[in-house]
Amino acid sequence: MPVTTIADRPVHVDDEGFMTEYQEWDEDLARTLAGTIGIELTDAHLEVIRFLRSDFEQNGVTPTLRRVSTVGNIPTKTLFDLFPKKPARKMAYVAGLPKPAGCI
Amino acid sequence: MTLTETAPLVVPDFGDDAEDRKMAFVCSKGTLDMAYPALIMASGALEQGVETHIFFTFWGMDMINKATTGHLKFTPVGNTATHMPQALTPLPGMTAMATHRMRKQLEELDIPDIPAFLTHLSDMGCHLWACKMSVDMFNLDEDDMIDELDGVLNVSDFVELIEGAQTMFI
Repeated sequence: MPVTTIADRPVHVDDEGFMTEYQEWDEDLARTLAGTIGIELTDAHLEVIRFLRSDFEQNGVTPTLRRVSTVGNIPTKTLFDLFPKKPARKMAYVAGLPKPAGCI
Repeated sequence: MTLTETAPLVVPDFGDDAEDRKMAFVCSKGTLDMAYPALIMASGALEQGVETHIFFTFWGMDMINKATTGHLKFTPVGNTATHMPQALTPLPGMTAMATHRMRKQLEELDIPDIPAFLTHLSDMGCHLWACKMSVDMFNLDEDDMIDELDGVLNVSDFVELIEGAQTMFI
């Protein structure tokens, strides 16, 4: 796994650039990650990211879009507005988690 | 002091600059097992930012007819992939049992039922179309069909709409 520098600190990432170490992430880092894909984090973004992080911590897998809407109570349309085009992967990237593995 | 050299920053390619892709699915079947493939693939396409259209025709109308959308069935009759003795499959209650079992398996995987799945796809921006000829043939009007439907199209309008799309007939 490559180690790269994000926000002046060493961070473990996979070949695509997704973070691999849960503990290395914090919200400052999230702002930098979001910035690299043209997203400026707002409270609405952070609410989504915090749900992803806590759900991952409990279940060990990145939640799918449907799970974010049904369990996290954040409407799917909102997710597409906040993280345009590929919300599932963009959310995971900013949250420092692996890409979601589930199909739906 | 040790200096550790780190790799250059790699940002995942989310395809924001890629050319717009389109996918279209034609759903012509009204059984539970044949309803899911298009919906699952459409969901994957939408997650990838692909413009997605589903055209419901013939028996596929059962997927969007309010009276039937929540009651699709799976039958082992004529389906050798169930690996049941084929002579047993037409026995009374067999289709109900097979349907119940399949629904349970899907539920265990947290896969939504057909009505909830169609709502989810619509929320993701999926376009849902009913076939004009099938609507006429089954004497349906718009009130008979799910609210998420974008409209009723004839084939020629649908073909025009999906120009350039990767299309799958199910």
